[in-house]
Amino acid sequence: MPVLTMREAISQALWEEMERDERVFILGEEVGVWGGTYAVTKGFYDHFGAERVRDTPISEGVIVGAANGAALAGLRPVAELMTINFAFLAMDQIVNHSAKLRSMFGGQFTVPIVIRTVGGGGRQLGATHSQTPDAVFAHFPGLKVISPGTPVDAKGLLKSAIRSDDPVMFIEHATLYQVRGEVPEGEVLEPIGVSKIQRPGRDVTIVTYSKMLQTSLQAAEQLAKEGIEVEIVDLRSLRPLDMGPVVESFKRTNRAVVVEEGWQSYGVGAEVVARLYEQAFDYADAPIRRVSQAEVPLPYNQKLEQLALPQVEDVVRAVREVR
Amino acid sequence: MERTEQLRLYREMVLVRRLEEAAATLYQQGKIGGFLHLYIGQEAVGSGVVSARQPQDRVITAYRDHGIAIACGMPARVVMAELLGKATGCSKGKGGSMHLADPSLNFWGGHAIVGAHLPLAAGLALADRYQGNTAATICLFGDGATNIGYFHEALNLASVWKLPVLWVCENNKYGMGTAVERASAVSDMRQKAEGYGMPSALADGMDVLAVRKATEEALHHVREQGPYFLEVATYRFRGHSMGDPERYRAGEEVRRWQEDDPIGRFRKQLLDGKTAAEKDLDALEAEAQAEVAEAVRFAEESPEPAPEALYADVYVDEAG
Repeated sequence: MPVLTMREAISQALWEEMERDERVFILGEEVGVWGGTYAVTKGFYDHFGAERVRDTPISEGVIVGAANGAALAGLRPVAELMTINFAFLAMDQIVNHSAKLRSMFGGQFTVPIVIRTVGGGGRQLGATHSQTPDAVFAHFPGLKVISPGTPVDAKGLLKSAIRSDDPVMFIEHATLYQVRGEVPEGEVLEPIGVSKIQRPGRDVTIVTYSKMLQTSLQAAEQLAKEGIEVEIVDLRSLRPLDMGPVVESFKRTNRAVVVEEGWQSYGVGAEVVARLYEQAFDYADAPIRRVSQAEVPLPYNQKLEQLALPQVEDVVRAVREVR
Repeated sequence: MERTEQLRLYREMVLVRRLEEAAATLYQQGKIGGFLHLYIGQEAVGSGVVSARQPQDRVITAYRDHGIAIACGMPARVVMAELLGKATGCSKGKGGSMHLADPSLNFWGGHAIVGAHLPLAAGLALADRYQGNTAATICLFGDGATNIGYFHEALNLASVWKLPVLWVCENNKYGMGTAVERASAVSDMRQKAEGYGMPSALADGMDVLAVRKATEEALHHVREQGPYFLEVATYRFRGHSMGDPERYRAGEEVRRWQEDDPIGRFRKQLLDGKTAAEKDLDALEAEAQAEVAEAVRFAEESPEPAPEALYADVYVDEAG
């Protein structure tokens, strides 16, 4: 089976969907002539042309707003926000329009847009350029929020997102683009809103997604040497949130750790833990632990930044604590 | 313009006026909730602008949308049912006064966040250009919207991409309770279009025929060359919304504008030009009044949305 980087997988998904459906087009800052600031759309401008790969001004409000409008009129825009931190400039379009135009007008409208964006810390970009606010977007009914942790999921989920008639936030992680993984040849489609067991194990359930999936996989290797077999459930999609495999795994292991890169307060871990207690309280043999980012704006200094971000050792420690 | 079209316009403006007067009463009776922004005084703008469009042209506006909905062809009973939150409203009772729409009429809403529908208009126009359609998108908004970032992002993009959008600024002199002079660096809104290389014109918003003519010329430019900015001088006779104490403007100022009522002025034009006789116009007014009475009855008798409707239409693919 071919091995692709995350970048190649995402790029393939976009390319294939644009070849498949003429209504699909890309708009965003530096997506065209530059080729994308993460090089995901390199070569697209020459192949698909300026009408379908549209360089925009630095205007996040109108990037998402025009994508919403074009989607209302029957196109399938993929709006790229260079980083998720800039999504705050488009917040009103995302939460008041993408998410609401359908229900607020009694089902008269569909808004089939994908907002591709890049989150995560660890690159010394300072507090405003390093956030992982995924839970913020997952808060809003009407949106779907996806954040893949492997190349095959990135490809299959992005293709499904583009074909979805609902608005989707597709959150990539800035430090995962070089991660490699097997991706089958031919059509790859992954269902939205389905969690997936990425590593089977009998002792402790780790619930995670995106970059923290990779961190958790490394922690699992280390723990296996100590004889602790963790099972890793990858949420892949934060809304809709598929608790099925999480609950099923927890009922077997009776112990769980939720690992997220974002802040703990009101976060993904808070939601998952609450649902686990609601749905499987009697199965808990130890308090569920959360591993997450320190509750500070991320500093520039490399050592401080790494201190703030969840590391493999943090996951290992948390698993040992619930064990 | 043909006589029948002029009479149709007159009837439509009266219908909007009577419908909103009835809505104000229903609001005071507690039958309409939330916000209710009346268009009274501005009817010539909506009717004049929308009557100039071709069927393929899209219309999108802000939250003061009753008159635009009617002008786009939405039946009065459907508007009234939405105001009363009924299942028979255009948005099935989930939108309310600020969220009227019907894409089958090429009416793309009623939007309640100031300025936020300007980017949507750019996107609608982009879709038409992308698909090679000849349609224009007509985007109406108030003077207050010109001070928000969206306005500048959307006008700039429309010019850079030469999108077929007609921007129609309804300058009614106040953004809620703040006079234009107190909120905007320039009082002539079309000056702001200059910064985006966009041609503009000013129309008298109390004269429906003048608005229509200006819109026709503007749409011609939009189809041939790209975006255009039409400022329409108008005035709202009522408060910003129901319950506005109107401390920000003098009663004398309001009275002066009310003497120049767009419906009264059009009536005089029709009579002076011998286009219609008193009895013709009285008959149209009676028709409009009866239509509103029927609309109110229909809305009041219509069912509330069923509880099951609560979770409907949040997603297309409910299964995820």
